[in-house]
Amino acid sequence: MREYSRAPLRALRRLSLAVVAGLGLSACGESGGGLPAGFQAWNNPYPAAESGRAILYSAFVERPKHLDPAQSYSENEATFNAQIYEPPVQYHYFRRPFELIPLTATEVPKPVYLDAEGSVLPDDAPDPSVAESVYTIRIRDDRRYQPHPALARGADGGYLYHRLPDAELDAVSSLYDLPRTGTRPLRAEDYVYQIKRLAHPRLHSPIFGLMAEYIVGLDSYAKTLRAADKALDGKGFLDLRRYSLAGAEVVDEQTYRVRVKGKYPQFVYWLAMPFFAPVPWEADAFYSQRGFAERNISLDWYPIGTGPYYLSANDPNRRMVLSRNPNYPGEPYPADGEAGDAERGLLRDAGKTMPFIDTVVFSRERESIPYWNKFLQGWYDSSGISSDNFDQAVKSAAGGDSAISDEMAARGIRLETALSASVNYIGFNMLDPVVGGDSERARKLRQALSIAIDFEENIAIFSNGRGIPAMGPIAPGIWGYRDGEAGLNRLVYDWVDGKPRRKSLDEARRLLAEAGYPDGRDAATGQALVLNFDAVTRGADDKAEMDWMRKQFARLNIQLVVRGTDYNRFQEKIRKGNAQIFEWGWNADYPDPENFLFLLYGPQSRVRHGGENSVNYANPQFDRLFEQMKNMPNGPERQAIIDEMVGILRVDAPWIWGLHPKRFSLVHGWLGNIKPNQMARNGLKYQRLDVQRREAARADWNAPVLWPLLLVALLALVVLAPAWLAWRRKESARGVARGAA
Amino acid sequence: MIAYIARRLLYAIPILIGVNLITFALFFVVNTPDDMARMALGMKRVTPEAIERWKAERGYDKPLVWNAAEEGPRRFTETIFVEKSAAMFAFDFGQADDGRDIASEIRNRAGPSLAIAVPVFVVGLLTMVSVALLMVFFRATYVDTSGVVLCVALMSISALFYIIAGQYLVAKVWRLVPISGYSGGLDALRFLLLPVLIGVVSGIGAGARWYRTLFLEEINREYVRTARAKGLSELQVLFRHVLRNGLIPILTASVAAIPLLFMGSLLTESFFGIPGLGSYTIDAINHQDFAVVRSMVFLGSVLYIFGLVLTDISYTWADPRVRLE
Repeated sequence: MREYSRAPLRALRRLSLAVVAGLGLSACGESGGGLPAGFQAWNNPYPAAESGRAILYSAFVERPKHLDPAQSYSENEATFNAQIYEPPVQYHYFRRPFELIPLTATEVPKPVYLDAEGSVLPDDAPDPSVAESVYTIRIRDDRRYQPHPALARGADGGYLYHRLPDAELDAVSSLYDLPRTGTRPLRAEDYVYQIKRLAHPRLHSPIFGLMAEYIVGLDSYAKTLRAADKALDGKGFLDLRRYSLAGAEVVDEQTYRVRVKGKYPQFVYWLAMPFFAPVPWEADAFYSQRGFAERNISLDWYPIGTGPYYLSANDPNRRMVLSRNPNYPGEPYPADGEAGDAERGLLRDAGKTMPFIDTVVFSRERESIPYWNKFLQGWYDSSGISSDNFDQAVKSAAGGDSAISDEMAARGIRLETALSASVNYIGFNMLDPVVGGDSERARKLRQALSIAIDFEENIAIFSNGRGIPAMGPIAPGIWGYRDGEAGLNRLVYDWVDGKPRRKSLDEARRLLAEAGYPDGRDAATGQALVLNFDAVTRGADDKAEMDWMRKQFARLNIQLVVRGTDYNRFQEKIRKGNAQIFEWGWNADYPDPENFLFLLYGPQSRVRHGGENSVNYANPQFDRLFEQMKNMPNGPERQAIIDEMVGILRVDAPWIWGLHPKRFSLVHGWLGNIKPNQMARNGLKYQRLDVQRREAARADWNAPVLWPLLLVALLALVVLAPAWLAWRRKESARGVARGAA
Repeated sequence: MIAYIARRLLYAIPILIGVNLITFALFFVVNTPDDMARMALGMKRVTPEAIERWKAERGYDKPLVWNAAEEGPRRFTETIFVEKSAAMFAFDFGQADDGRDIASEIRNRAGPSLAIAVPVFVVGLLTMVSVALLMVFFRATYVDTSGVVLCVALMSISALFYIIAGQYLVAKVWRLVPISGYSGGLDALRFLLLPVLIGVVSGIGAGARWYRTLFLEEINREYVRTARAKGLSELQVLFRHVLRNGLIPILTASVAAIPLLFMGSLLTESFFGIPGLGSYTIDAINHQDFAVVRSMVFLGSVLYIFGLVLTDISYTWADPRVRLE
């Protein structure tokens, strides 16, 4: 009985100690004292063994669909592939406008022009005389592939895993079940092999159609491969080495040659993409074994490259890990950049050997709220900014610029911004009888609407100021873009006090009246002008923007009917030319004005030719200038033609020019060497981590707060104790009251 | 009983065909094979030839349900519907539109889904039944009334609120567990604690209130009075007699749900970064991947039918008077 009575006292004593310890720890956390040394934060989402290591933590929202460089075309896939695969050229990390520099090539390839007889032509030979452009690319001899089972060889020199017996094949459920790995030097044949893979009948490379127009013989090569693949019944190893491709050939072990039809100077930009990265034939021979594809053992899942990193773990539902390629020889950090880079400390590592980070862990975060909160706790090294968190992260600075908020600055977080090489616009279907066509009436209507739709307001409301109004189709940072007064769209803006000012609504009303719609009514019939806006509408945010859009049109007394639909139907409308006015956008493939201006080139009409000209604009003068400009070298002559083309577009106004989005990202102070680059996706190798600083910050920010646990225990006690007492009373109560008998 | 089970399983075949047909119709009303090809191939620079090749390679170049170009039964069999549905009855789900094996994905993702769903189910059920019995024990007192009010309050709050508030308080402000993520082995426990807690708490309101109603119906029966008259304590009455006799409706709701635990929870998995089957289905819908959508719907239907058969069998265990014939 005595022992029983002491038990609660002992429990109470332990509880008191826990309270004191817990509150003490909480107090440390609240005051910024942080965790005691060696104490692992309870909310650390990573294994304890990773603490203190040079690991960069990032996140991805969408799982990459393709990692095979012949298929991969999305930005979220390039995040991985660009660190693994090495095309012959890359973009300079710091210089702007974007500039190509060699990566595995010894120099940026320059085309040699040949006429129909195969004679060499001068560089300035007129386009029609050029039958072929020949790119001869010599690659460096210091590259080796990452360790990979496809390259593992036995004592006899034969490949260990290329022809596994059935029993062994069945036992392989992942690439890591094969213990031996091997490597070999990078060879020119690997680049040629990958160019051939663009025509592989089982891969469906998204650029095959385009490249078949340019690379000599690629179209007929695809037919050859289709026949060969049919003979294999679409299974097993289709050895592309057995079929030669006229447009891509090996010159020697370190040199290969690509033949392009006619003049296509933009081809060199394609050489900076993973489509033109090397793939060893051994990869296809290995991955095409029976049953591998069914178990996701494929090049699409396990890449094989020569770059600074290799994919050491691929669980795209949860976590993907890039690890330093032990066979990577290193690359010197750039020694120069654009003005201001040195002052920002971006060139401090000049000449040092990259990469600086050993491992990069990408965790899948589908929702922005957990992503953001983990970033604030220091578990992610960088983050984007969603609209929900914008006000917490960013404040307005002098001159209308954005700056990091005080709260973020106190945590050592900095803001990185960069204008995207893209354009969002409102398109007029030029085949439409009301807003389209070449008539003065339709042109003035489009011009009036270009003035009335206030994109400055749109950017402020719907993008939190993350963007700049577009003056034409070409994005900033692209050669040919004109800034300031020289780039002003004078049909929509005036230049006032050193900055553009949108013309008044009176000007828009005047143009509308000249178009035959005074005060928004058809002068001939007296009927109100009703226009249709086709849009993909998904939720409340879209509704707000559509309401705003109606308001813009209503300022000219034009009634706007929003025809909301799903993405598939919207695409169909655009393809068939059934839309009237719609919103669209374009991300540049490469930094050449041709990649924007072709969006309005007549032969690219979506309806007539299935091209990328979504508004079906056709202007013979513009088309002629485009053909003249597209193959010219950058220089004053090309700039003059671009200016003329943009001038034509501004008058015709097939687009309301919309905006160029600005990307905002937040970076913790311990992550350095970051300069956003919309073209170069291989930026991980430049980045540097201060691990000690990160560890200190994490410890400071993540001490657990324990008093809520005690509070819950107390609350449970408060609720359950009376219940327990009541139960005891009820159980011990007599059925008949004492003395009642 | 075996004959009964065999009969029930045979009934499942027309049900599954019907489910397949409805899924097929709903999916293709919204998405055409061309849309699927465009989604798979990307939106830029896709040529009509590439779309045709993609469709032909995956069998989406055939008519949906009726092939007028063929003769005899091939008019029906040489269609997308039959070709894509028949293999599923042998549980051969084939490959997703991105070429990845669906069965392997399902195997990999079932574990994380179950890691949340099973504890939520078991702990949730025990908690709900216990709370309900507690309210019944204190029926017509302030404990019962407060309990009902609390239950109504709990069931009025959306699951999303529980998740966001739980993450904010427990993981962000108090820093007691990771905000999101997942890990294998025992390390998974610290990632599962919060989603399980939220799953249990968010379910208590509706469950406890319903079970309370069931138990209150039982508590006034004659056998309960007899048990009390025999001198059994109130706890013995509740747990031995009332709970046992109230099991049939509990089993109806619970056993049928057990197989569906495989299918995962969409919101919880999404917010907590759990790589389960719920998120797999949503990804497939977003990517217009019909192969995955139909596989998951088919699997869900099979599991549901299996759950109903299990429920029937469980009745015989709960109530010896029930015979399956």
